[in-house]
Parts: sequence; structure tokens; C-alpha cells
Amino acid sequence: MGKLIRISGPVVEADGMAGTVMYEVVKVGKEGLMGEVIKIVQDRAIIQVYEDTAGLVPGEPVEGTGLPLSVELGPGLLPSIYDGIQRPLESIAEKTGSLFLPRGVNVAPLDHSKKWEFKAVKKAGDKVKKGDVLGTVQETDLIAHKILSPHDGTLKTIHSGKFTLDDTVAVIDQAGKSSNVTMVVRQPVRKARESAEKLNPTIPLITGQRVVDMFFPVAKGGTCAIPGPFGSGKTVTQHQFAKWSDTQIVVYIGCGERGNEMTEVLTEFPHLVDPKSGKPLMQRTILFANTSNMPVAAREASIYTGITIAEYYRDMGYDVSLMADSTSRWAEAMREIGGRLEEMPGEEGYPAYLARRLAEFYERAGRVRTLGSDERYGSITVIGAVSPPGGDINEPVSQNTLRVTKVYLALEAALAQRRHFPAFNWLRSYSLYTDSLDPWFSQSISADWPKQRAEAMGLLQKEAELQEIVQLVGPDALPEKEQLVLATTRSLREDFLQQSAFHDIDTYSSMRKQYLMLRNILAFHARATAALDLGVQLKRVLAMPIRNNLGRMKEVAEGHLSTLEGLQGEIDKAFDELSRKQ
Amino acid sequence: MKEYKTITQIAGPLVFVSDVSGVGYNEIVEVTLPTGEKRTGQVLETSSTAAVVQIFGPTSGINTTGTKVRFLGETMHLGVTPDMLGRSFDGLGRPRDGKPPLTPEKRLDINGSALNPFQRDTPSDFIQTGISTIDGLNTLVRGQKLPIFTASGLPHSQLAVQIARQAKTISKEKEAFAVVFAAVGITHEESSFFMSEFQKSGALERAVLFLNLADDPSVERIITPRLALTTAEYLAYEKDMHVLVIITDMTNYCEALREIAAAREEVPGRRGYPGYMYTDLSTIYERAGRVKGKKGTVTQLSILSMPGDDITHPIPDLTGYITEGQIVLGRDLHRKNLYPPVDVLPCLSRLMNLGIGKERTREDHRGVADQLYAGYATGRDLRSLAAVVGQEALSETDRQYLAFADAFEQKFIKQGAGEDRSIEQTLDLGWELMAGLPESELKRVKKEHIEKYGRRFRKEEKKEAKKE
Repeated sequence: MGKLIRISGPVVEADGMAGTVMYEVVKVGKEGLMGEVIKIVQDRAIIQVYEDTAGLVPGEPVEGTGLPLSVELGPGLLPSIYDGIQRPLESIAEKTGSLFLPRGVNVAPLDHSKKWEFKAVKKAGDKVKKGDVLGTVQETDLIAHKILSPHDGTLKTIHSGKFTLDDTVAVIDQAGKSSNVTMVVRQPVRKARESAEKLNPTIPLITGQRVVDMFFPVAKGGTCAIPGPFGSGKTVTQHQFAKWSDTQIVVYIGCGERGNEMTEVLTEFPHLVDPKSGKPLMQRTILFANTSNMPVAAREASIYTGITIAEYYRDMGYDVSLMADSTSRWAEAMREIGGRLEEMPGEEGYPAYLARRLAEFYERAGRVRTLGSDERYGSITVIGAVSPPGGDINEPVSQNTLRVTKVYLALEAALAQRRHFPAFNWLRSYSLYTDSLDPWFSQSISADWPKQRAEAMGLLQKEAELQEIVQLVGPDALPEKEQLVLATTRSLREDFLQQSAFHDIDTYSSMRKQYLMLRNILAFHARATAALDLGVQLKRVLAMPIRNNLGRMKEVAEGHLSTLEGLQGEIDKAFDELSRKQ
Repeated sequence: MKEYKTITQIAGPLVFVSDVSGVGYNEIVEVTLPTGEKRTGQVLETSSTAAVVQIFGPTSGINTTGTKVRFLGETMHLGVTPDMLGRSFDGLGRPRDGKPPLTPEKRLDINGSALNPFQRDTPSDFIQTGISTIDGLNTLVRGQKLPIFTASGLPHSQLAVQIARQAKTISKEKEAFAVVFAAVGITHEESSFFMSEFQKSGALERAVLFLNLADDPSVERIITPRLALTTAEYLAYEKDMHVLVIITDMTNYCEALREIAAAREEVPGRRGYPGYMYTDLSTIYERAGRVKGKKGTVTQLSILSMPGDDITHPIPDLTGYITEGQIVLGRDLHRKNLYPPVDVLPCLSRLMNLGIGKERTREDHRGVADQLYAGYATGRDLRSLAAVVGQEALSETDRQYLAFADAFEQKFIKQGAGEDRSIEQTLDLGWELMAGLPESELKRVKKEHIEKYGRRFRKEEKKEAKKE
């Protein structure tokens, strides 16, 4: 046991700490505030404290726990809301009865008194490998929680029935030594969980957001960075991903963000229904709410806590998506703590290990074959928001993130200001997954998906060139064909790329709908180009009433997609008529 | 009580005291000068032998030999009582209106604690400010923190006063309302403007004022907003009041933060502001909201001037990342003599969607706002194009957009300093302006809403329909 000798914000120093190890969790002061050893000098330990340190006095005791920072894993994680070090905010509210977060509260992350129905899938005498499914627990209506074998061996006993987390559900014999298996595991957070093999991503994450799915697809197990200035729609995009992504588990880390926005998630998600299962979305969601005014060290930890839980579900064979909003706040927490340690700073005051930490975090994403003998596959897709100062991505966090992520969705203030949402700049954004995902799109949606995307993107690029000319000479100076390109790209922007997160139908577009919408816009463009060739005036083409139908495609409900299927025929008919009149 | 005479170093607002023991972090300190004068301070760093104390007020007169330092063993607290309404205090919470001190009902830690996110309730009560650009396009809701980004020479004070005077909800219940006003480093003139305006509108008796003026010690500015918010939380969560907190000017707060960081010789972040400024600002801005099981709310309307009109300056930048949107005032509009000069394009209210729509404002609200935004943005772009190629080179639709942008500024943005528009007036005004655009351009509004709300403003089309 040591004694406090210095306190400076979230960083404290204690002596008499010989024997402590790096990243050991310690209890600081009389109130037992939770902290973690981040530096050791002889018998002195430098500790980052996860709670407010006001009032701590030198001389107060510091006690080691002998454990690294860990999370508790087991049934009951879903659905819950935790702070950055997995303290359950709901239980804290119940236990303390306070509106605020008091210090030194000790509440277990999972409910240890609740009995869960455990169904054994293995039987006594079976040989098991590390990672094999021993049994399942129906955690929520949506998710069967799989209890995995902690190591190789032979099952001595295993029982179905109702158990609490700490009850023994099975006994495994390993080389003559028996060990009890319970439904709860403690897992250090700063090290990735083991898996058998990392695979290349070949399946898209379907988000229902047209600009993403069509132009900048994210793969299941992929990584995606969303940098953008404030007000450009980072958080709404993250919410949309959390709501509509086709993964079974969603881990949402509110890292140093706004309290009211977390509340919005908390109140809105229970009312939202998963489009596939019809169950509330909350049943598949774990939230971490470490708002900006909560202790900065816990903010630093929240990213690790979140991804460790994501890995746990991945190892059961689930697809997990993880949203981190925002990784810049995480980096700033590192900077703040680094500053208090008087470390030699790297770029812009960030610690020199920033790039390594970011890379390590994103590398924990991926699609894997899990441990165990039954060929399970799981994935973690990481979508990280970045908040660059002033919206300028020439700064260390954005740059180091872009070096490791495969999809870059470039949010732009200018688009957001004209209420073009989602405000992704279609020329600057990119996805490096398109090539590996195109086979899937061609097979599952339509063979010409890649072709359509290339054509639309080509038009949008052409638009940028034409705009430069228009700025100099005005639109009238362009040949009619090029004016048509501008009209089509405007339609692409307004009728396809723009998507309202708050419109009951437009908020989610199925892949089929996305395909049809784009196909119709391009079909119109093709027919219009042909008509111009025949000498039809552009004015008459643009005055065609069918263009209004294109503009209202978004509002077509998923149940009425036949309208969109038929629109191409109507376009043909309208043009045939136009040329007849000619 | 521990008393020391062991000051070893004085630098800027900081005093270093050695040979101390058992000094708590953030503890309050009383410093007695050789003259007998007393000053207050706070522990910034403590170790088993020395403490760094930040003095609220000037360090002039403090010396290393005769000055006594007493550690009071607790963090900074404020005595609160409902009797604070109608009173004014200085930047450290001492009465400055000449009336006797109050008997506090309770003493609260001014640093507060973070609200448990689980205990927050979604803010959804629409506040009608009577200002079209806010109500219509960037709706304020109870429990929101919405700063006004302004710059020197712009009428932000008038706007803040107008909002404080006109703000109301459309609920029928009788509700207790209070204003907590924190002046942080503003001039005497500005402060008396607020005072007299509050007096005129009768808001003064429902207001608590904390005034740290430009010539008051700058270090006190760290404390003043926290006093205001502690009072606001007390009135809201314990006395069921809807509290509007106005803090002006947050830029002065950040300057004080930088001053202290520099005196401590900390590694500076961007433009010399400390690296923890984001976290520090969040402990102010996040103290707004609505909580479960309580009637009262805390709504924050902070004013901050953007140095050099630059919205990417660290102060507005970090603020924008914490607050739920921002109202931005623009110099160009002010030059055109438009009041209030709200530059709507960079404005945003993140909680708008929670407060608008059917049963709150009107079902067409979202669509109208989006359409006005899109139209005005297009019109503004076309202005620069028209300046180059001339109006004649533009298409008919483009010219309509130009006219729309002008009308939007003159009719929608511009309104009188005493003009209180209802939300219906604001939305109808929006439809009236949209009538100047062809219907095929109105893609942001639902078709049925055009029929229901917009049709009566669309004159020409009605006539055409009759002709046919």
C-alpha cells in the first residue's frame, strides 16, 4: 500500500508502491477512487485517476488491486449503458438516487444476482477446445449469448438450468486439473482478444445510407473514418449507422461528447425497431456514455472498454459494428494526460505514441475465424468520427487515422450549411473496399451495379470541371449537352445523394431501392442525351413532368418499390412521346 | 486550520507555498496580506511538501515574508437560497448591490458534478423566442446550450436581451421562470445595458446577476460562470424553475484560462490556450439540460466573440464541438443594416428536431426550414456568379433564386428589436417567400404540406389554373 504525494488534475503520484506493475488498477484515497498506473519511477507510481480528484490530500492511501484494467463479460451486457470504465450508469442512478455521478461508487457492471437460463450444447465427456461453445443463454429476444470454453480439455460435468453469473455451469478437466466454468469472464482491455485467423473483408456493411452503400461502401470488418467540423453531421451519421447497419450487435462509444445527444440515443433507440427482426434496436446495443465533462482518464479508457466488448461478441460469431464518437476527444485525453506527465510532446502537443495507439485500435477491427472447432466467423467494423480543429484535416489525429482506415467519408461544412445531408463530399471521399466488394454487389443486387456507380461518379466529376467554366462564363455559354450534365448531376445530388435522417421513409434505403433510384436517374440522362442528339431542345427536356417523379423517388416506401421498377418504362414512354411531337 | 507563512515564489496569479502538509487538491485558500487585506485562492497542484495556489484577484501586495496563507480544507462552495433572485453579486459571489448578505439555505460545490447521462431527459420543449431565424431555422429547446457566436461591434447584447425578454413556451401550465446572468469580463457600459434592459422588462426581480467586469481581477473569471451555473442548477433541480443562463463573454473566460496556464508554464496547445481547454469548457457548457423527475431545466445561452471574426479560432471551435449548435452573427448582414444580423448558413441547432413538428410547432416545420436553407444557399451562390457574368446570363429559375435570397434577408432575417413573431407567423412567412420559387424546386417540403400551407401564397399558379 502506498501514499499519495502529489496531485495535479487527473494525474496523481504515490510513493511506497514497490511491486506495482504497469497498468495495474489501484484504489486512490480514502474514497477508493479508481485509477491506473501509467508510469513507475523506483517505488513511485504515477497514476491516472478515472474520477474527479478535487479534495484529495497528500498522505491518503493508495492500494493496488493486482489486476489490469478489465471489463466484465457475460450475459446482461445487452442492453446497457456504461461509462468509460464499464460502470453501469442505470444501476448507479438507482443505487445513489442522485442526478449526478458521485465519486467512489462501486457497482458491478453486470447483475450478479439475476438467474439466467443456460442451455448446454455440449455434454459431459465431450472434448472441447478453447473457444468452443459450451452452451447458450438467451440474453435478449435478438441475441443468444454463447458461453465459450476458456481452454482445451474434457468436460467433466455440464448442466442446463437457471444459474447466476457466478454459479459453476461446467467443469473442464485439463491434464488432470479441473477448473470450474462460470458465465462471467474478466478480460483486460488494452490487449486484443485472440482469434484463429484474420480474413479479408468481402461482404459489405449495409447501412441504408445511399451515399455510403452506393459510392463509398464499408466492408464488414472494415474501418471507416469520418472527419468533419462541428455541425457537419458526424453524430447524426454515427446514429444512422448505429440504427440501420445490418450487424447483430452495435457498440456505441460516446467518447467526450454531449450529454443531451447520449440521452437522445437512450430515449430514441428503445422506440426504434430493427427492420429485420421487428424488435427494439436497443436490444442489440451497448452504449458507452463518457460525456465531455466526465473524467478525462475514463474517456481515454472508454475506447478500449468498448472494443473489448465488441471482440467478445465477435468471438461468439456475431457481426459487430462499433461507433466511436469522437476519436479526437480520445486523442485529446491522451494529450491531456501526457501533458500532466510532462512528457515530451510530438506534433501539436499530442504524445509521440498517438499514431501507434490509433493504429492499434483500428487494427482490432476485422473479420475473423474465431477460436473453437466449429468454424465460426465474426467481424468488427469500426467507424470512427474525428473532430479536427476548425475542420481542417491537416492535423495529427485525422492524418494518422486516415493512414490506417480504408474508408474516408469527408464531411464538409459548406454542404452542411446548405443542408445537403449527409454532407459527404463525393469527390474527396473514398472507399478502398469497392474492388473487393463489387463481386458481392454484382451477384446480390445487380450485375451492372459497379457500372452504374462508375457512370454516376463520372458525371459528378465532370460537373466539378464544368462548374469552373460556369463560374467564368455563366451556364448559358455551355453547349446544351453539358448543360444537361449539370441538370443530371443536380438531380443526382438532390434526388439521390441527399438523404434525410429525419424523414420516416427516406432515413433508410434498401439496396434494391438505391439501385433503382440510381438506375432511373441514369436512364433519364441517357434518353435525354439521345433526345438532344435528335435535335430536341434542352428546355423541353427539362420541362418534362416525369422529372418530378424522379425528385419524389425518395418518398417511395420499401413496400412500393414496384413504382420505381416501373419508372424506367415511364421515362421511355415520355421520351417517345416527346420525339413524336418533335 | 493550517496557516503558513512559507510563500517561496509569486508569479502572475500564482503563489507557491512550501513546507505544507495535507493540502487538498482544489482546496480554497485564504491569503492575508501584511496590510491585513484578505484574498481568496484555490489550490492548483499539491504535493506532500508544496502547493501551488491561484489567487483570485491581483497578487500585488503579496510578499514572501509577511503574508499568511490559510488552507480552508474544502473546495469552493456557494451558499444558495431562493432569495438570490433579484440580487446582484460580484465575480466571487459577494453581494455588490449594497444589500445585506443572504442566509444560505444550502452550500454547494461550485464545480458541480457531471450529470449521470442516464438521469438526463431528452429536451423537447420548444422555446419561442419570437425571432424567425432562431424559431424557424434553429429552434431552441429547453435544456439546450446554444451559444451566440459574435464579434466585436455586432449587436449580440441586444439579441440576447430580446431573447431573454420574449422567450416563452407554448405550454399552458403556469411555470416559474428565472434568468441567471453572468458577466465575465465585459465593460461597465455593456453590463449596465443588460441591467437597464432587465429592469425595463421586469425581468430583474426574476434574475440573479453575477458581475465580473473588465477591470475586475481576470482570474475571478474562472469562478464567475461556475457560480452562475451552480445557482441555476439549484433553482432548476431543487426549486422547479426554468432557468435561462446567459454568460457573456466566454472569450474572456478562455483568456483567463490561458493566463493561468501561461503562469504555470504549461505546455501550450493551439494559439497558447491550454491543451485541456476542451475538457474545461465542457464542465461549463455541459451544465445544461433537463433531468428525469424534475420540473426545472437549465438552458444556456452563452455569448462569445470570435477573435478576428474567425470561426475556426480555438475558442469558437472547441465551443462548437461541445454545444448543441450555434447562432452566428455576420458582419456583412450588419453592414446591410439588418437586425438581427443572424448569418443563418453556419447556424445550427442540434436539438431542433426534438422540439419541432406536429403537436410541438407545426408538421411542416422541418421541410420549411430545409427548403429555406437550401434556397438561400443557392441564392447566395448565384450572387457571386451574377456579379461575374451578369444577371442576364442566368436562367429564369436562377433569377428567382436571387430574388428569393434578397427577400429572405429583408423579410425573414430582418425584424424589429421589439418584434415578437409567433411560430405560425414565421412559418407562414417562409411559405410566402417560397411562393417566389417554382413549385418543382420545392423538393424539401412534402407535397401535402404545399397544398395545406403553401398554396394560398402561390398566387400566379392559382390564376393559371383558373384560365385552364
